[in-house]
Amino acid sequence: MTSEARLEILTRIHRAAAGPNLEIERPPIPASTRQRAEIVAQFAEYAAEYRAEVHRASGADLPALLAGLLSGQNVLIPEGFPAQLFPQPATHKPQTTHADLAAYDAVLTTCAVAIAETGTVVLDHGAGQGRRALTLIPDWHVCVVRSEQVVDSVPEAVAALQAAVLAGRPLTWISGPSATSDIELSRVEGVHGPRRLSIVVVD
Amino acid sequence: MKIDLFITCLNDALFPQTGLAMARLLRRLGHQVRFNEAQTCCGQMHFNTGYQREALPLIRKFVNDFRNAEVIVAPSGSCVAFVRDLYPKAAEWAGDDDLLREVTELGKRTYELSEFLIKVLKVEDVGAYYPHRVTYHPTCHAARLLRVGDAPLRLLKNVRGLTLVELPASEQCCGFGGTFSVKNPETSTAMLADKVQSVMSTGAECCTAGDNSCLMHIGGGLSRLQSGVGVVHLAEILASTESMSAGSSETIGAMQVSAEALL
Amino acid sequence: MSAGGIHPARPFPEAARDTLQDAQMRRNLKHATTTIREKRFRAVAELPDWEALRTRGAELKDAALSDLAEQLLTLETAVKRRGGQVHWARDAAEACRIVTDLAASHGAREIIKVKSITSDEIELNAALEKRGIQAIETDLAELIVQLAGDTPSHILVPAIHKNRAEIRDLFRRKLGAELLTDEPKVLAEAARLYLREKFLSTKVAVSGANFAIAESGTVCIVESEGNGRMCLTLPDVLISVMGIEKVLPQWADIAPFMQLLPRSSTAERMNPYTSFWSGVTPGDGPQEFHLVLLDNGRTDVLADEAARQTLRCIRCSACLNVCPVYERAGGHAYGSVYPGPIGAILTPQLLQLEDENANTLPWASSLCGACYDACPVKINIPEILIYLRGQITPHKSHNLENTVESIAMKTAAWIFNEPFRFEGALKLARTGQGPLVQHGAIHALPGLLGGWTSSRNLPPFPAKSFRELWREEGQNDE
Repeated sequence: MTSEARLEILTRIHRAAAGPNLEIERPPIPASTRQRAEIVAQFAEYAAEYRAEVHRASGADLPALLAGLLSGQNVLIPEGFPAQLFPQPATHKPQTTHADLAAYDAVLTTCAVAIAETGTVVLDHGAGQGRRALTLIPDWHVCVVRSEQVVDSVPEAVAALQAAVLAGRPLTWISGPSATSDIELSRVEGVHGPRRLSIVVVD
Repeated sequence: MKIDLFITCLNDALFPQTGLAMARLLRRLGHQVRFNEAQTCCGQMHFNTGYQREALPLIRKFVNDFRNAEVIVAPSGSCVAFVRDLYPKAAEWAGDDDLLREVTELGKRTYELSEFLIKVLKVEDVGAYYPHRVTYHPTCHAARLLRVGDAPLRLLKNVRGLTLVELPASEQCCGFGGTFSVKNPETSTAMLADKVQSVMSTGAECCTAGDNSCLMHIGGGLSRLQSGVGVVHLAEILASTESMSAGSSETIGAMQVSAEALL
Repeated sequence: MSAGGIHPARPFPEAARDTLQDAQMRRNLKHATTTIREKRFRAVAELPDWEALRTRGAELKDAALSDLAEQLLTLETAVKRRGGQVHWARDAAEACRIVTDLAASHGAREIIKVKSITSDEIELNAALEKRGIQAIETDLAELIVQLAGDTPSHILVPAIHKNRAEIRDLFRRKLGAELLTDEPKVLAEAARLYLREKFLSTKVAVSGANFAIAESGTVCIVESEGNGRMCLTLPDVLISVMGIEKVLPQWADIAPFMQLLPRSSTAERMNPYTSFWSGVTPGDGPQEFHLVLLDNGRTDVLADEAARQTLRCIRCSACLNVCPVYERAGGHAYGSVYPGPIGAILTPQLLQLEDENANTLPWASSLCGACYDACPVKINIPEILIYLRGQITPHKSHNLENTVESIAMKTAAWIFNEPFRFEGALKLARTGQGPLVQHGAIHALPGLLGGWTSSRNLPPFPAKSFRELWREEGQNDE
């Protein structure tokens, strides 16, 4: 039936669209003119406004910060996470079940891009980020963002993610921990996704 | 400037004092005014209610009646917005290219009173005197279609003796909407209730606006509640001067309804 | 059952009465719409050129719609290339059949759902139920609505009409949750516990789609709670039902919409979670993906040049929150899963202007224009409302009310066509109104106009009209 439906819908569209195709310009996204420090500071501020816990560290201090932050926790490490930053071998294996994932206290990842305009981190689930379930089931997500990964605006982020999307990779955009405002519009953090999001910005 | 008065059918029939006030004001500012008696109705009620076939002859008639006008000024944001915004749509939907051309030209010469004063004549102080406490309701079509912005407020601030009090939630529609108030009277009443409450909360003696249709609605609610608060068209405030005896029936003409209801 | 569909059971004025008389509902609605309105205002002001962004959003949607067949074919090819399957559905019944067949073929007794108005439009839950499959809504508000046996009243906040006390009672009753308080945090926790087990055990999920990118075969879901991520990631099989108007040609085109949508809907800079996926990702997420492309009246909307822009809608619900009619009458009055101003134009069009109750919706507006100002893709809703009124009026049924109105309007037009008739009519009215005028005002009118005078007085016709006074006093300057 679906081929019949396909033909009929396409025929109806052809009959409906009377005018010519509207051409649309897609000029390149101009690079931000703002100072990097300013962009990174805004990202940190906006991410914090969405109740993410934001830490800042220099490259040298990062391992100590992560060790302190995650001490005593059962931490899930996706493959490809830089070993020198957190000296624990990758604990994630492809056959790990969803129920297994629930046993971890926290997951530690990198990201693909971060956005100052909105305080968002974007995962493209490449090396160091793991498949999507890894950053979904454990209740605490710790995400390392290198300051040069922070872009100013959403269009810049979309441009930066183009290659990943065209390569067929999924994306997860994260702005603060899971939240709902469904009850009387009062915001509650933590419904189904990780209830705690920590972002470590590395300068 | 030679100004053609577009009085609108509602003002002609129910609020003649508004049209007279507008004419007096424009003359006082040194302009020549003319009322072409052929005019009746712009067709908005028909068009917006769904009777677009019936509205088309009225639109064509309007074009004929005002074809030779240099500028057209009306004491109604709604009717002007209709001419400017929807006449072209009416022509487009009817597939009449000649009409489209004509109404597009005509629209450029058609103004609501307050925008005409501020944007075209560039006067803010029209030398008016109106010793009352007044609140201003920005009507939807003047605000959102014509974008008159703060033009009416700038005019009111320059009226001597007038105390302007801010209307809370002023941008909210009063619920008139032409035949909306007839076809959905309960919802319209719920909107009106909030508007009337806002007006009463200001402690104003009267509420003004640039449209007698909205004022008829708000005034009708205020009158039913025996609130003692009246409504008066902006043109009547701007036309009032110290030489006219303050509180004359003409000055507060539109307030009569509520005043008499109190007796 | 959060079924719904798009067939209103009653005319709008009649349906509106329920909410208008419900004080609790009125308070909830007012609180919600006012809060979001104010928040949205701030969120929008933060971007440097919101107006340019709106224009861009409108242009991109128009461009995609002008080339819709090509875009859908490109999307189909790309999704298939990425290991997904694509189905085409002409109407609601066909879409439901596709989804239920797929779910049944996996032996599913339960499926989990991400909030999707499109699935509500086609009444998917009821169709699944008929096949013995239970659809579990996972969005908190949808869950509340489903447990209450209610229908959503708002696109974005479907349970906007329920307050915390009502929700606590519902959870106690239906989830057996022991709830000591009605704190939203506690209520959300109860939902989390109930649904966590479902997420981990259910094999088939159903979602809608906020956007789809043709060139890459990418589908997008925008959400807040993480229930979307759960449904899109954990089950073995994912079925996404998408209206054909959701497609955008290129990946770059998503940018303005990721700026416009969150700020217009929840009034946030960005919603907590957005997921993008292209077909099947080996080793990550569902290994079977089906995309159902739904027409269900959309090609009829597309065929109407004057109203085509309706299809730009990105379902943000900004128009609901600013609408004074929606604020008072509530979502249920619209009798469709699409409430508010957008519903008033979309619902009747999806039904080819042939549904008598849906045809009352274009009049459920005072034409105040707030919706047009708020719309992130610049749909001129007031203009389309007026257009649809014109399309519907000549074909209205000949009941008493319509006939009286039609005669009145035609008579008025005849009068207005000649100034002498107008003047004559005014004189007649002045004489005729005599018995109605009391204390200088009209307090009660007969017939169709009676609704007006139930809450407002009307000024009587004055002794002389403007034109009479002008002749006597004014005279033209020459």
